[in-house]
Amino acid sequence: MSLEFLVASAIAVLTSAGIWLTLRGRTFQVVLGLAMLSYAINVFLFAMGRLVIDKPPIWGKDVTEYADPLPQALVLTAIVIAFGMTALVVVLALRTFLETGTDQVDGLADVTADDDAA
Amino acid sequence: MVLILLCLLPFAGAALVGLLARASRGQQALVAGATTAAALALLLVQAGDVLGGEPVSAQVAWVPSLGLSFSLFLDAWGLLFAGLILGIGLLVIVYARFYLAAADPMGRFYVFLLLFQGAMLGVALADNVLLLLIFWELTSLTSFLLIGFWGHKAEARQGARMALAVTGGGGLALIAGLLLLGQIAGSYELSAILRSGDAIRTSSLYPLALVLILLGCFTKSAQFPFHFWLPHAMAAPTPVSAYLHSATMVKAGVFLLARLWPVLAGTDLWFALVATTGLVTMLVGASIALFKHDLKAILAYSTVSQLGLLTMLLGFGTPMAALVAVFHFLNHAIFKAALFMNAGIVDHETGTRDARVLGGLATLMPISATVGLVTAASMAGLPPLGGFLSKEMMLEEAAHTAWGGAGWVVPVLATLGATLSVAYSLRYAVHVYLRKRHADTPLTPHDPPFGMWGPSALLALGAVAAGLFPMAIAGRLVRAVAGTVTGGLAPIVTLKLWHGLTPALAMSAFAIIVGAVMLAGHGALLRGWERLPVPSAKGLFDRGMSALLAVARGFTLAVQTGSLQRYLAVLFVTAVAVGIAGMSSGGYAPGDRVTLPASPVAIVGWGVLLIGTIAVLRAHRRRFLALIYISVIGLIVSLGFVYMSAPDLALTQITVEVVTILLLLLALNLLPKQPVRLGTTFARFRDGVIALAGGGCTGFVAWAVMTRSPNDPISAFHWAQSYPGGGGTNVVNVTLVDFRAFDTFGEIIVLGIAALAIFALLQTATRGASGQRLRAWLPDLVRSPERHPMMFAVATRLLLPLAMLVGVYIFLRGHNQPGGGFIAGLVISIAILMQYMASGFEWADQRRRLDEHAMIACGVLIAAATGLGSLAFGVPLFTTAYGHFTLPFVGEFELATAMAFDLGVALTVVGAVMQALAELSHVAQRAEKDAPSEFPMDVDPARASEEPS
Repeated sequence: MSLEFLVASAIAVLTSAGIWLTLRGRTFQVVLGLAMLSYAINVFLFAMGRLVIDKPPIWGKDVTEYADPLPQALVLTAIVIAFGMTALVVVLALRTFLETGTDQVDGLADVTADDDAA
Repeated sequence: MVLILLCLLPFAGAALVGLLARASRGQQALVAGATTAAALALLLVQAGDVLGGEPVSAQVAWVPSLGLSFSLFLDAWGLLFAGLILGIGLLVIVYARFYLAAADPMGRFYVFLLLFQGAMLGVALADNVLLLLIFWELTSLTSFLLIGFWGHKAEARQGARMALAVTGGGGLALIAGLLLLGQIAGSYELSAILRSGDAIRTSSLYPLALVLILLGCFTKSAQFPFHFWLPHAMAAPTPVSAYLHSATMVKAGVFLLARLWPVLAGTDLWFALVATTGLVTMLVGASIALFKHDLKAILAYSTVSQLGLLTMLLGFGTPMAALVAVFHFLNHAIFKAALFMNAGIVDHETGTRDARVLGGLATLMPISATVGLVTAASMAGLPPLGGFLSKEMMLEEAAHTAWGGAGWVVPVLATLGATLSVAYSLRYAVHVYLRKRHADTPLTPHDPPFGMWGPSALLALGAVAAGLFPMAIAGRLVRAVAGTVTGGLAPIVTLKLWHGLTPALAMSAFAIIVGAVMLAGHGALLRGWERLPVPSAKGLFDRGMSALLAVARGFTLAVQTGSLQRYLAVLFVTAVAVGIAGMSSGGYAPGDRVTLPASPVAIVGWGVLLIGTIAVLRAHRRRFLALIYISVIGLIVSLGFVYMSAPDLALTQITVEVVTILLLLLALNLLPKQPVRLGTTFARFRDGVIALAGGGCTGFVAWAVMTRSPNDPISAFHWAQSYPGGGGTNVVNVTLVDFRAFDTFGEIIVLGIAALAIFALLQTATRGASGQRLRAWLPDLVRSPERHPMMFAVATRLLLPLAMLVGVYIFLRGHNQPGGGFIAGLVISIAILMQYMASGFEWADQRRRLDEHAMIACGVLIAAATGLGSLAFGVPLFTTAYGHFTLPFVGEFELATAMAFDLGVALTVVGAVMQALAELSHVAQRAEKDAPSEFPMDVDPARASEEPS
């Protein structure tokens, strides 16, 4: 088993879980799903620089082998932006819930927990 | 350059008036008037050159790759139109100062008026047709604002909407038409287009371009069958009508027709379309005008009719007819602006505009009556006024124009049109001023103050002068303009009152006599007219609009079901399908790059990640549990980054993880927590298939890329330049704050905007339905007996300076070692958040000295200043500089301007994170209805009472 396989399969698993969760019709699950997708996409972008072990992109005169710094820089901002997006979506979900009294986003009539339990 | 100044002056004036929102009405009028007067003076200074045949031009490149340049030119035709726009604009500004009621927002009126004036001026001066289109659309938009100025009236809103729909729709056709014209001519510069008339007229695209351009011009100039918007636009305040619907907006269509006359006119198609439309419009407008009772409606339809006349003249396609059109263009602007102002005065002083009620005002308001009678006579075409001259010249042209082989059609119909215009003009004069007064008006009529009648009196003088001394007043101008419009083909004519006994004189005399007879029999004619089944254009328009809206609504409802799941499913399925199509056609397969062996540590981490994911999926309905599990995934991802040589990413990921989980916990407290079964089994299975397909494809693509070697990596440049160019050894950080600083700048702005949006969403959450739910909210979780445990509070307070220090350290070393502004910002945020958690929002918030908004703003501004600062040194935006300095005790250290940029980043991050969490805490606190506690380490009193004493 190679490290590349581990990363690729982890991306696959995280993406699948993210997609499945965002397709649930409640805001909280959508937020969870988006968080999972963010992990998957960030790792995916990072992996575009190929995998390197123990060679951080710190410049040195004699260093010739290093991890690709460019995808790292892009992913760094992507992580922070993903945080901003998650925060906004959570707050949007909260406000929607407070405004409408439901956290459903599937366009269906509200199914409350009580009905479900019955 | 003077032209550019001239063109921008009205816009500057609008901004200035806008800034003077609190100034008095007089001051606002003064500023608006002064700007217009200054622009007029600038224009007139150049009149000499322009009339001498030397157009003035100015050019600034805008988007050269599209052929779009900010190029202006002033020839005689533009001079005439711009002069009318500014001259009548000035008079209207004076008039409006006295016309508008105290309750009307004067400043806003002048802002709209000046914006409109600037847009019109742009149409008159534009050399580039793309620029002309921009100004053309601007006139539609600004006229919308002006027509709807009295937005509290339903008819004003309707009128504004209708005008925008018709003229804006025509504008779309015009865009297409002018683009075609530019394609044929090979240039978007008008001066170049005007030189390629032969190429255009023989092009196979000519009919299409012509029809599209005519659509634009006809809608703007209210030609039949698009005439209906103009009367409805009369819901605007009268100064607006006097300005837009006499001299400017509606003339724009005619202006453009004449502008393009040298290249478009002269073909059979041109004659058939333009002359016929003009003729029909003239007759339709004049007939309706005769039977309207509202003074402004009479004037509106008369304008439609007169615009038809102008269009017809241009449609004849002969240079002489074009010359007459130019002369009448001028005359009509003068008398119609005056008449609208006059009707406004009557309305203002009597309280009504109904021609059936009015009468005998000549003795009560003699000055207004004189102005009204003179200008109405000019509109009727009575000698010795300006209107007589141009109308007689029109009849002369009509007399020898054949329509479809029939020599009698045009002369007869033109005479009929002239007759009708005599009738409605006389009706205005007689029914308002001359006949006996037979009903009481709401107000007692008297002459208005000078400021109100002065402008129209000046115009009336102009109408008289143009008739008596045509050569002195307008001769040179009309000759120059006609020469420009026809491309030098216009004959040299002498404008004079007496042409001798010509057919036109006979037609004129017939029109005047029969027109007067028609007025005498107006009552009988009116009864006949009312029996005619006249289709209402407005009704057709309304039905068309509602049908269009119904279709649009049906489509929207079919597509936008309100189900996020459906949208996302469509998105995911499309992405997967497109991805598979791309992969299968691109021959994607795993490459042969040597892979790295997976160490046992890596396999364990991978296993934990898998378990974490499965746990989240299993627990997704138990929300707190799901949060705990998802944080495990975040942790593994961070560890993965460390393992795979990305220390910066690991630091970012772990700090972001902490604040994200905190945020989700805070939000979750207020969201419903009960487990709900989501979707049917079938839906869960179906979504599972989509999810597996999406995940599988993504994983495969990642695998395919990772197993082949990079192809000419651009990162080599970043690596090589990091230290010599950017002065830092942490290439990731140098990339962020130096090579791609502009990108990062955009990112922190996004972050700031997200934080502000959160602020906006939650600050208002305490009001309305949302506020009621918040007040009714009951805590549904078991509370910790000790809200703020002492150990936790003490520990976090001790840790605060240390944590801050760590943040500063990470910030300072960021340029050379893993760290930097983003991570430092997050670390400092966490240090502060710990205080919120340990000691409560209230306590921490009171001791906070920094405002989040200010932090975000400062951060963005500092970053912007660093970026712009490089411009001062003559280097491109966001270029950095660095140097090494030595201080006693500290030793040698490096300072780079990128550090200031990074400081901006850090400040924005702290501000945004704190803003998001503080707002959530604030709302949570509202919901909890806690009384603020003075004691940061309070013990829950509920628990104290439970304990046995």
